[in-house]
Order: sequence, then C-alpha cells, then structure tokens
Amino acid sequence: MAANQEDSSLAHKPVGFRGTISPSNGAEVPRRLRELGFVPGTEVSVLRRGPLGDPLELELRGYRICLRRADLTEVRVDPVSEPDS
Amino acid sequence: MSTATISATPIRIALLGAPNSGKTTLFNALTGSRAKVGNYPGVTVSRREGVVKKSERRLRILDLPGSYSLRGETPDEQVVERVLGGELGERPDAMLIVVDATTLRRSLAMVREALEEHAGLPCAVVVTMVDEMRARGGRLDFGKLSKTLGTPVFPVVGHRGVGMDALCRALEAPEAWRRPKPFAKSDAPEARFAWVDEVCDDIGASSIAADTRSDRLDRWLLHPWVGGLVFAAVMIFVFQSIFTWAVPAMDAIEGLFGEIGRLSRTILPGGLLADLWADGVVAGVGSVLVFLPQIIILFTLIHFLEDVGYMARAAFVVDRIMGWVGLQGRSFVVLLSCSACAVPGIMAARTIPSPRDRLATILVAPFMTCSARLPVYTLLIAAFVPATKVGALIGVQGLVMFALYLLGALTALGSAALLKATVVRGNISTFYMELPPYRLPTARLLGTQVWQSTRHFIKRAGTIIFAASVIVWAFLNFPQVDATAGATPQETAQRQLEGSAAGQIGKAIEPAIAPLGYDWKIGVGLIASLAAREVIVATLAQIYAVGDPDDFDGLRGALRADVNPDTGEPVFDLAVALSLLVFFVFALQCTSTIVIMAKETGSWKWPIFAFSYMFGLAYVASFITYRAASAWLV
Repeated sequence: MAANQEDSSLAHKPVGFRGTISPSNGAEVPRRLRELGFVPGTEVSVLRRGPLGDPLELELRGYRICLRRADLTEVRVDPVSEPDS
Repeated sequence: MSTATISATPIRIALLGAPNSGKTTLFNALTGSRAKVGNYPGVTVSRREGVVKKSERRLRILDLPGSYSLRGETPDEQVVERVLGGELGERPDAMLIVVDATTLRRSLAMVREALEEHAGLPCAVVVTMVDEMRARGGRLDFGKLSKTLGTPVFPVVGHRGVGMDALCRALEAPEAWRRPKPFAKSDAPEARFAWVDEVCDDIGASSIAADTRSDRLDRWLLHPWVGGLVFAAVMIFVFQSIFTWAVPAMDAIEGLFGEIGRLSRTILPGGLLADLWADGVVAGVGSVLVFLPQIIILFTLIHFLEDVGYMARAAFVVDRIMGWVGLQGRSFVVLLSCSACAVPGIMAARTIPSPRDRLATILVAPFMTCSARLPVYTLLIAAFVPATKVGALIGVQGLVMFALYLLGALTALGSAALLKATVVRGNISTFYMELPPYRLPTARLLGTQVWQSTRHFIKRAGTIIFAASVIVWAFLNFPQVDATAGATPQETAQRQLEGSAAGQIGKAIEPAIAPLGYDWKIGVGLIASLAAREVIVATLAQIYAVGDPDDFDGLRGALRADVNPDTGEPVFDLAVALSLLVFFVFALQCTSTIVIMAKETGSWKWPIFAFSYMFGLAYVASFITYRAASAWLV
C-alpha cells in the first residue's frame, strides 16, 4: 500500500494513534525534533489534543511533550500493527 | 600540596540538564539560597551561580539554562555550548550532568553529546527522581551505567537529600574523577539515540511504567472543556488572591509608612532635611514596599504552579489562543501576573522557553493593568465619571474601570502579534514543551524560590524607586522660592511649585501636551509619574496643596474646582480625565519596569524601544480620546 505524504505525517494522526517513526525520505525532520528523540524506529503515541485542535500531546521515550501540529508535518510514522486486529 | 593551596583554588562546576530534570532542586540543595542571578551579555538568558555550602574548597556551581541538547540555533540557545567552550567567561573545571531517571531514554543522548564534545573535561552524572522511577516499577543498574559512560554516577533524591552526601564529597575533587570514555563524534541525533537505546536496554531503563497518577489528573486537567474551566478557575483564583488577600497587608504597610513619616516630622526639626526624609525617602520606599504582599503571594502561586507541573498544562490549554498572536501558552500566565506588577511579571517570563517569545512577552507586559495604575484610575474615575447605573446593576464607573483593563490586555495581545510579525521575528524555532509528571515541591524549595525572587524585587526596584522619588522631590523643591510676607502656606506652596524645576519643565512642555487637553500642572504630574505611575497622585496632591496625600475626597474636589485663569474654563473635565486615563493605559511610566527590562533582556535597546513605542501610542490615543470626548460627551 502506497501511503501518500499527507497520510503518514504525525501531524494528522488522531488521538489514540500509536506508531513508530519511519525513515523520512526527502523531507527533513527539524534537528530540534530529532534531538528530542524523534528518530526513525522510535515509538510514539498521540495522547491528547489541545482544546482547539492544537497542540498535540505526544508520548515517546518515556516522556510527554506537546508540539504544534504545524511543526510535526515532516515526521512520518507507520502505525503499530495490533496483534488482535 | 598543603591544604591552604587547595582551599585557595576555586573550582567552577557547570551544571547541565534538561528542563524538569530536577536541576533547580539540585542547585538549590547544593548552594542554599545564596545564588547570584544575572544575565549573559547580549542574550535573553539568565545566569545563576552559587557557592556550595558545605565545601572546604571554594566550589562554585554554574547553573546553565535547561536544554535538551548542547547545540543551539539561536544566540540564546548557544549559551550552554559557549560557556562549556570557555567563550563566555572562564572555561569551567568540570561538568555535572543532571538526568531524570524516568526519562533516560531521552536524556542520555545529551550526556553522550557532552562527552563527545567535551572529552577533556572531568564529568559526573547525577540521576534524579530515583524514588519516582522505583515507584513506577523501574530498576536501574547504576554501576553498569557508570561503567558504560566511564564517569561517576550519583543517584539522588534531591528534595529529600538522599545521596547528596556522596555527591558533595565527590564534588570536592573533580580532578580525581574517573575519566569518561572517549566517544566517537557522531553529530547525528539518530546515531546517539541508537546508542542510548542499547544502553537503556542494558541497564534496565527501558521498562518503566507510565505515571498513572499524572494520567488520571490529566484526564480532567487537559480535558477539552473541563480543562478550560479549571484553567479559568485557577487564573481567577490567582487574580483574586493578588487583589483580595494582599489588601490587609498592603493597608498595614501603607499605614506603617504614613506613621513613620508623621512621626519623623514630629521628631525632626522642620526644614528641608525633614521634607527630604518624610516626602522623599519614607514615601518613596513605602511606595515600593506596599506591593510586597502582592508580590510574595504572586511568586508563591507562580512557583508552586510551575513546580507542581500545572504551568505546563495551563500553557497546553491556552496555547492555541496565544498562537493567534504569535505567542505561546506560557506567555498568558506571565501577562496575567503583570496585573499585580510588571516587574515580577517580567521576571516570571523566564519560564518561557523560547527566547523570542520571552522577549515579545516582556515588551508587551507593561500594557497589562498593574496595581500602580489603580490609584490613578480610582482618583480620576471617582472625580469625573458620573456614578450612574446602566440598567439595574452595572455602574458606569465600574464599567469604565473594566474597559481600561480590557483595553490594556487587548493592546498587549495586539502589540505582541505586531512585534512577532516585525521586530522580534527572527528565525522561527519549533515550539515544544514537556509535560512533566505532577510533583509536589517541598516547602523548602518553594520558600527558597519565593525568597530569591522577592529579594531581587526589593533590591532592584527598591533602589530605583528610592532614587527616583528623591529626584522628583528635589525637582519639586528646587530652586527654592522665598516666602512672601503675609502669604498663606498654600500660596507659598503654589509659588514654590511654579518656580520649581518641575514647574518650569511643566510649563515648557505645555504646548506639547495641550493637544491632549492637559495644562502644565498635569504636565508636572506626568513627568513625576515617569518614576512610577502612582506618583502622579501624590504629585497632584502636592500641586493642589491638599496636604494629606491620602485625602482622596479633598483631592477630588480640588481637581473638579480648578479653573484655568486665562479662559475661566475648568482645567479638568470628563474629556481631560478620559484622555489622561487612556494615556496611563498605554505609556510606560515606570522606572522599575524599564530597569528590569534592561536586566532581563540584557540590553538597554529594548526598554528604550518599548518606552518609545508605548509613549507614541499613548500620545496618539489620548489625542483621539480627547478630541472625540470633547466633541461627543462634553
């Protein structure tokens, strides 16, 4: 299945999403985010959304951080396949 | 080597760590409250340095700004790297890296980065929040971590002092620390995190359960609308406490200084020296210290909310709204604090991680209605706004007061949007904010932080206001005018005022302020209010020779009765009063704010800029208000 760019971006994932960060092809993830642990292979989940849709509260590497969706567009993710689904 | 030579060599240890890593708690535990707070030259980053309490050698701890990486993109973020590299002052003798045991899978990356970049520097790692990690089912092999890094590792529970003795002993001799392993420079976060994951699997840091307690709280506190209600309730609580709880203490302080003034007048022989002491020194110092109760309450609440972890949640809730004007959630809390006084508010802006947002917030902070404006608003509204009611409940006077608050807040937000789009644009960095687990701060930590903030308020603002009040007093009293025989004391006071330096300046600027509806006496008040806004009330009281500055009714009557000798028209009418109110909404008439702005932004450029644009805005807005009000209202 060829997921298009829009679909695989972390910025557009719903609350409850769990996945791993995939190697970004072409588009560069800002260095700041990579230093915070947004590197390929890292598990990330979307915990919450701010009252007006922004920012997102994310969990990764055992900590929680909030980021605005606009800053997450370059982060590509693959959903974790649940064993029972 | 003798002990004397050892104790003579001061050792400087740089303290590194991410925000929320427990770095501040550790710094306070090591140094007590004896920290020197300053600013790095040219950047909006505060600098803290303290001496270790129990050390035999002169051990200085340099608290570097909390950051997630050594490499910075803006000058403000580059402070950590420049201090470690010896570009800002002397190169530290050792580094102490603070990592939170529950977030090792992120924070070890910075340890690795530091070891790569500063291989020659003795280094030790302090692992904090060990109790919390254990409570969440984590087990860590500290020996293995120490072996992997090649550095000493100290597990501590900072707020309870566990592990602090071992750490303090080791700090005495960084030369004796085991040298860290040489790590190849990777320069890519990806490579570092691959190593971090390996180490964490190895030492057992990979399996720490989520913090269920914080989860349960966040379900409500970050809920789309319950969270909003809680936020509103917390902010109303903060606002109320500044105004309600502080009042008895403020009244007491005001009374005390009034009493000291009266008492010293009876003790001291009459004359200039007594005037200087009572009207200049006592009144000046009193006018600052009267805000102390508000400031202590505000700092206690702000530090508590910050330490407990709610500040980050509050910022999450309002971030979207603040994003519309180009700011972030934390700016809201800072701006709200400014309704007590802009000075502690601007100091609280240190909690804003992005230096650009911090600067923009500082620059618009003085628009928020601070308590120093209240005496001015109260006087003018009571004197000139009719005490009629709109409908059954809402009084016009209260409505005008509310409108002034709203005008200030909206101007702050609008200016922030404008500044972010122009002057403080720069490169837009990614906004990110950690949501730490909820943690209850100890009373001692809270006390230390409140004391540090309060002490700096007293020291900085106090000296400036004190000096300014003496200068204003001198301008009002020199050159001395000889008393004419037979003149009443009131006439003498009037002549003194007209002949004084302040009076002459007031007359000189009258043409400039006439378009706003002001005469020279208001001009004198405006100049005096450059020291502090509320000074205009005391100055008008002096000008109208009311005697007791607290005699509000007398001053109100005198203002209403004053007639321009040339035209026979009243000096003050509703249009003049509204124009003056609007002027006070916008103008930056506060020496303490200007000084704190210079300190916090590390340059005089920004306060001068803020003063100029706020003054320009005040002039134009007052002119429009005066013309409009004259045409339609009077």
